Amino acid sequence: MKVNLRVWRQRGPDSPGEFKNYEAADLNPNMSFLEMLDVVNDRLASRGEEPIAFAHDCREGICGTCCLNINGKPHGPGRAIATCQTYMRSFRDGDTITIEPFRAKPFPILKDLVVDRSAFDRIMQSGGYVSVRTGAAPDGNSIPISKEIADRAMDAAQCIGCGACVAACKNASAMLFVSAKVSQLSLLPQGRPERHRRVLSMVAKMDEEGFGNCTVTGSCAAVCPKEVSLDFITRMNRDYLAALMHEAVGRAAGKEGGAG
Amino acid sequence: MKPLQLLLQSSIGKKVIMGATGAALVLFVIGHLVGNLQIFLPKEKINAYAHLLHSSAGVLWAVRLGLVAIVGLHVWAAISLTAQNKAARPVNYVEGTRPYAASWASRYMFHTGLVIAAFVVYHLLHYTAQLPVANLLPSTHPAKDFNQLLVTTGAQSGYRDVHAMLIAGFQQPIVSLFYLIAIGLLCLHLSHGMTAMFQSLGVQEGVWRTRLEKGAQVLAIALFAGYASIPIAVYLRIVQ
Ligand code: HEM
Ligand code: FES
Repeated sequence: MKVNLRVWRQRGPDSPGEFKNYEAADLNPNMSFLEMLDVVNDRLASRGEEPIAFAHDCREGICGTCCLNINGKPHGPGRAIATCQTYMRSFRDGDTITIEPFRAKPFPILKDLVVDRSAFDRIMQSGGYVSVRTGAAPDGNSIPISKEIADRAMDAAQCIGCGACVAACKNASAMLFVSAKVSQLSLLPQGRPERHRRVLSMVAKMDEEGFGNCTVTGSCAAVCPKEVSLDFITRMNRDYLAALMHEAVGRAAGKEGGAG
Repeated sequence: MKPLQLLLQSSIGKKVIMGATGAALVLFVIGHLVGNLQIFLPKEKINAYAHLLHSSAGVLWAVRLGLVAIVGLHVWAAISLTAQNKAARPVNYVEGTRPYAASWASRYMFHTGLVIAAFVVYHLLHYTAQLPVANLLPSTHPAKDFNQLLVTTGAQSGYRDVHAMLIAGFQQPIVSLFYLIAIGLLCLHLSHGMTAMFQSLGVQEGVWRTRLEKGAQVLAIALFAGYASIPIAVYLRIVQ
């Protein structure tokens, strides 16, 4: 099959970018979208042209690196899959496909289709962990957790941090990502002791990085390759309010560091 | 940071303010409609109701100032959050951000809000301050000055004739049209807002999300029907 690509090219973070058109002919419909780009890049390189920069790693939908906005939708036309799990058979022969980088102020473009998503890493570093002393691994079943809670925590932990939620949101809000990361820990007994401190600092970091705010449009959950639910945002808001109240009560009682 | 500071400055804090003030305004919008629908009862009912509301200047002004404060907080949070949202995507996609799974109402909350704000200001000049210029009636109209509309006979003699004022107010088609448009946009705002507020306040999960979405839509339509029925009834001379 053959498709026409309209690709955002940008030499570096501060250069102006523009769309360039490429014809991608002789494609196998069972190629993945990234394999198609590999082929296009091979051909560009053999002509001595600069290949299209795009990010990828696992190519099996678990690392969240392959961030492309394909025809206006993060990760392309499919539901609950990442760009690397999108196949050329999802398009029609002769289609024109527009490929853009994810666009958000906290995700600056590094080159072509590659954006810097380290804002997510900084949010994680601000509290997305459980403080434990390392030592011998504890027995796996020493803390009983109900199946219901374990399942919900796993639903949140599905998030691969790809940033599609930010890319699809009209406000470039990261609340779906942050809420998944807050919830995967606060749902579990190991994460509960630090739940107040965690939500306060992760939200503070999210705001500082310059993400927008949720207006409950639901676009994030609709494009999420892992179908993370908006319900986690509700949960995060509740955790945040609880942390504020805990802090207020702690202050009223004259205690240091009410949250935590 | 102090809890109050976080409430006023963080993204989620402002969303909580948005949701809480929105919820309070929803209660007002429902109560206001119930009061206004008395226009369909004998005219003494609504006049007695208006008289009751005005019977204590202290309570009246406390409620008015409370409402102004709530609207002020809502609009302040809306402007602040929306400015951050705009700043978070300085360069947009070539064809804009597409509305995946998003309703029209959810994408245009700020725009519908602005029209509502303009309408509220006009509505207050029209029926609360009762400025004669605001009602756009010809100067020869017998009810041009709403302040002069008093009940002259019967047990309510001397009461303000709110029944006559509502009818006169909707005798100018432009005014009724603006009212209908504004109420329509308010109900669109609420068709989304009345579910979003539960998420902002942290209480909308699982099956309740769909139930509340349905409920909000039904209530928004009911509110529109209720509010729209008044100018329409005046136009069709069902109340006179
Ligand atoms: C009678 C008047 C009004 C009522 C009953 C009302 C009600 C609501 C409700 C219930 C919400 C949902 C809150 C949430 O998202 O948690 C909301 C959101 C919103 N309102 Fe209003 N509102 C009114 C007037 C206004 C005005 C005058 C503006 C002015 C600009 C406005 C702008 C907004 C915006 C931008 C949102 C979305 C905020 C967000 O999602 O972050 N509203 N409103
Ligand atoms: S490359 Fe890892 S998720 Fe697509």
